[in-house]
Amino acid sequence: MSADKLSRRAFAGGIAALAFARRASAQGYAGLGESADGFAKVTPGKTFSFPGDHGPHPDFRIEWWYLTANLVDGNGAACGLQWTLFRQAAKPGPQAEGWANQQIWMAHAAVTRADTHRFNELFSRGGIGQAGVEAKPFVAWIDDREMKGTERTDDRTLAPVTLKASGADFSYALTLDADRAVVLQGDRGYSRKSERGQASYYYSQPFYRARGTLTVDDIQVEVSGQAWMDREWSSQPLDTDQTGWDWLSLHLASGDKLMLYRLRQKDGHDHPFGNWISASGSTEMIAGSDIQMTPKATAEVAGRKLPVEWQIAIPSRSLSITCKPLNPGAWMGTGFSYWEGPISFAGTHDGVGYLELTGY
Amino acid sequence: MRRGLWVLAVLLSHWRRHRMQFATLLIGLIAATALWSGVQAINQQARTAYDRAAATFGGVRTATLVAPNAATFPQNLFIKLRRAGWPVSPVLEGRVQINGRSMRLLGIEPVTLPADVGNAPRLGAGDLSRFVAAPGQTLVARETLGDLHQDEGAMPSISSGAKLPPLHVLPQLVPEVLVVDIGVAQRLLNKPDQVSRLLIGTAKGKPAPLQSVVGDQLRRVEPSDETELERLTDSFHLNLTAFGLLSFFVGLFIVNSAVGLAFEQRLPMLRTLRACGASARLVNSVLVLELVALALVAGLIGLVCGYVIAAALLPDVAASLRGLYGAQIPGQLTLRPEWWLAGIGISVAGAIVAAATSLIKAVRMPVLATAQPRAWQQRQRRWLVLQSLAACAVFAVALLLLQYGQSLIAGFGLLAALMLGAALILPAILEILLLAGQRLARGPLALWFWADSRQQLSGLSLALMALLLALSVNVGVSTMVETFSRTFVGWLDGRLAADVYISAADNAQAIAVRNWLKDRSEVQAILSGGRAETLVEGQPVELLGLPDHPLYRERWPLLESAPRAWEQLVPGNAAFISEQLSRRLNVRVGDVIELPAPEGTWELDIVGIYADYGNPKGQLAVNVAALIRHFPQTPQTRIGLIVPRDKIPGLIAALQKQFALDDRAVADQATVKAESIRIFNRTFAVTSALNAFTLGVAGIALLTSLLTLANSRLPQLAPLWAIGVTRPRLAAIELTKTLSVALFTSLLAVPLGLLVAWCLIAIVNVKAFGWRLPFHVFPLQLAELVAVALVASLCAALLPVLRLARMQPASLVKVFANER
Repeated sequence: MSADKLSRRAFAGGIAALAFARRASAQGYAGLGESADGFAKVTPGKTFSFPGDHGPHPDFRIEWWYLTANLVDGNGAACGLQWTLFRQAAKPGPQAEGWANQQIWMAHAAVTRADTHRFNELFSRGGIGQAGVEAKPFVAWIDDREMKGTERTDDRTLAPVTLKASGADFSYALTLDADRAVVLQGDRGYSRKSERGQASYYYSQPFYRARGTLTVDDIQVEVSGQAWMDREWSSQPLDTDQTGWDWLSLHLASGDKLMLYRLRQKDGHDHPFGNWISASGSTEMIAGSDIQMTPKATAEVAGRKLPVEWQIAIPSRSLSITCKPLNPGAWMGTGFSYWEGPISFAGTHDGVGYLELTGY
Repeated sequence: MRRGLWVLAVLLSHWRRHRMQFATLLIGLIAATALWSGVQAINQQARTAYDRAAATFGGVRTATLVAPNAATFPQNLFIKLRRAGWPVSPVLEGRVQINGRSMRLLGIEPVTLPADVGNAPRLGAGDLSRFVAAPGQTLVARETLGDLHQDEGAMPSISSGAKLPPLHVLPQLVPEVLVVDIGVAQRLLNKPDQVSRLLIGTAKGKPAPLQSVVGDQLRRVEPSDETELERLTDSFHLNLTAFGLLSFFVGLFIVNSAVGLAFEQRLPMLRTLRACGASARLVNSVLVLELVALALVAGLIGLVCGYVIAAALLPDVAASLRGLYGAQIPGQLTLRPEWWLAGIGISVAGAIVAAATSLIKAVRMPVLATAQPRAWQQRQRRWLVLQSLAACAVFAVALLLLQYGQSLIAGFGLLAALMLGAALILPAILEILLLAGQRLARGPLALWFWADSRQQLSGLSLALMALLLALSVNVGVSTMVETFSRTFVGWLDGRLAADVYISAADNAQAIAVRNWLKDRSEVQAILSGGRAETLVEGQPVELLGLPDHPLYRERWPLLESAPRAWEQLVPGNAAFISEQLSRRLNVRVGDVIELPAPEGTWELDIVGIYADYGNPKGQLAVNVAALIRHFPQTPQTRIGLIVPRDKIPGLIAALQKQFALDDRAVADQATVKAESIRIFNRTFAVTSALNAFTLGVAGIALLTSLLTLANSRLPQLAPLWAIGVTRPRLAAIELTKTLSVALFTSLLAVPLGLLVAWCLIAIVNVKAFGWRLPFHVFPLQLAELVAVALVASLCAALLPVLRLARMQPASLVKVFANER
């Protein structure tokens, strides 16, 4: 179970407060290594309850609603999209009213096709209604961007929901449905991320079926495919010696789901983690020693060399695949910049997924 | 190349023999460049400051949404628009008083603030969380810290008693502005969940139409290229530019006459060079090269002088702009490279234009033609007719501007046309006067005197035109300033009705002061005042609360009023309006005006118009009790007292001791008046300085023209000397001639100057400031100016005349020997 997977989003979420100042800072990363004093602590044994836990947990420092989708249009062309909403509390304590509220919200949206990659970033302060999340009926919003349920939305599956976002030159509107319940990650939702006790609460909905429209440069197409949502919250998610990560979420053709990532450390020790979710919804962690993640080819994007192609092997699962990006230029040039885009893979297993590369 | 250098050396040798002429040429170029560049530097400085003010966290440079009545509106409209995809950011603006000093409070929302707001100050990464998170920050300019007598980190209280977040200096910020988080601003201004306007950033998609989101609750205001400040201060900068331009042209007159003379004197030299084999092209190129080199040197010196002038004038300019328009200009001059380049460019271009006639003559000169003496008089007649026709055309333009011109530019255009026309027609008028003199003359010497004066006219005309312009501007500006000064002082006497003025730090102190004063027997009356601000047609308007007291009825001056105006004011549904606001809104006595107030619209009958000189803002005067009813947040910190004269110092001392009030917080009428007059005088210090400068430059122009003429006139004088007129006699005749022409010119300048004054008072002032002054003529002042002009002419004429008086007879004899 990938305790440390938390850190990838933690990183992105954690820099929100700095990124909205329109300057990415290496020091901002270290800020997350600060003590979690005053914020609620993540402890094992929590009983998740829905719909309550679909909503925000403002006593914790950071939290996100993170969705990626692998889609095809009417002509069979592949495309991918992201919809993410982050919450960060500037300080612990009771929630202040109005403008004095300590929550900061950040959102990213992106659309990736083989020939283009569009993205957009939004910020908002809490307490005034510009951004927020409500558990029932479910709605997560910032400005005109939202993920929204209805009275019919099933609390167990968090489906159906609608999703919409727009940027200067793109927009999308999807309906997401799922027939299997959300999946608790780690130890019944408790996701340990280091020996020092850092952890997060973590669950996912990897079984979304998506359908809707995607508009790029005023040209609208019908799209459909599958989507994956992660929900995590924590107060001290990151180790100070971690430099970045390489993360994959894979939709296998068999219907199984696979999440893999590698946490890179300053000392060069890379820790791979994996989690296999069967098509029925049961999950099983994969031992780090059983995962081989090998960068195969790099692409030069935004002045950096990024490993956008990977060779992945999990001998215990007889898995050996090669992952290729749909568009090597899927660079997120936002306040805190990173690479994230749809991939496809082939080998012992076929399928599609998402790859995220940070800290390069 | 080598040949070119030799030609240059030969040409330059001329200046070694004519040092005075060389100095004249340089002085002309320097004068032309210096004042022009100085004025440009000041204007540039001011424009940069306005621009900065305009761009402050999304000022007028950004498109905005405002409520139709310009009042504040609920914050949920902001949320509604964001939810509909509008990239808007809220701003709440208001005024707060700190120790009696009124400051603009700007509440911003940094997270949604559009990034593209011109040269607005930015918040750094780390600053942002400090700015937003409690206790937050109050961003101020360094100057503001000084104005408030506070250190960084201090938390001063405003008049309501609330404390500002700790002060923090943001260097790029304009003065007199306090920038806080919008949440803090809502608390300080007591406007919870209220917003003044929404800044519109770059749209990220296609948001729904405004109407469909907020109905007609908000309207869009497009960004303006010209700020309110720029509009208001236009006249001031036009004024400066006009002075700069005047001096530039006068400087070019000097250059023109110096180059003309040098060319005349170097004709034999040029011919010799050509005869020796230097090609026409080479000689001409070297002539141009010489001129450009001189212009570069003079331009650089001129720029340095311009910088000095600008730096010296800037504090006064800044004080004027602050006093007149509330505009904030940094007192430290900063110059851009463009300024230096433009200055050098204008010097070179000016030199070439001024020397153009001479250069063209040199190009066309046949190699072997004998040098002709200057033949001004041959062409004089045709030239006079042409120039007079041009003058008539310019006067026609002036008439059209007077009839149809509406704008401030038209006002200045009228002034320029008047002066240009007068300058152009001056030689013709002088010619007619001199011709008349000639007709009346008896005896050969007298006849010669008049005829020679006429002949001299074309040579002197440029200098005389310069003198006429400088003098008439002087007469005009002095008359205007004097008129303004007298009106202002008289007005101030009526306006400052109370004997002692107190400005308490906050309401609590004001109440304590009032209670304390009730027990003082020497206080005959306690008059409460108050000031609030609101917006009328999108522009800030002051509301002045007047106490209901007989003293005000007696002394407070009204320009126009309805019957029983003061009685009508008391119930609270009537107001007096300031002259400038009445002009701007086109409101007269008997009209009704609607004001947005916190408790709803306030309808006011206009029952009087009063002068409000020196106030950049429009003002309405209402009953103070009514003001507080409609604007409950009005600080009640201003108190006026009626006290017998001999008891004033004792009362002030007691007040200062009891309440720890400083000199600014309590003052007697005399002090307030002295301070107002000091500010007033400073306002016109710049005008007076520029006035003196231009008169000085005109004097130099006269001097150089006379020097030029003196040299070329030897052939005319030598025969007179030869037939027995003594040198002192000749010199006396010359002096009389010069002074009489200068006297004619000065006398002509008086009516022209009065016309200029009338234009300034009746047209330019009204358009620029919105007030019209009664027109006064000050004969003594006029006589003084004419005398000064004559003394200047005397000084200018004296040098060549003394030279003539002392000239060696041999020099005069040479005239007959030389070909000249």
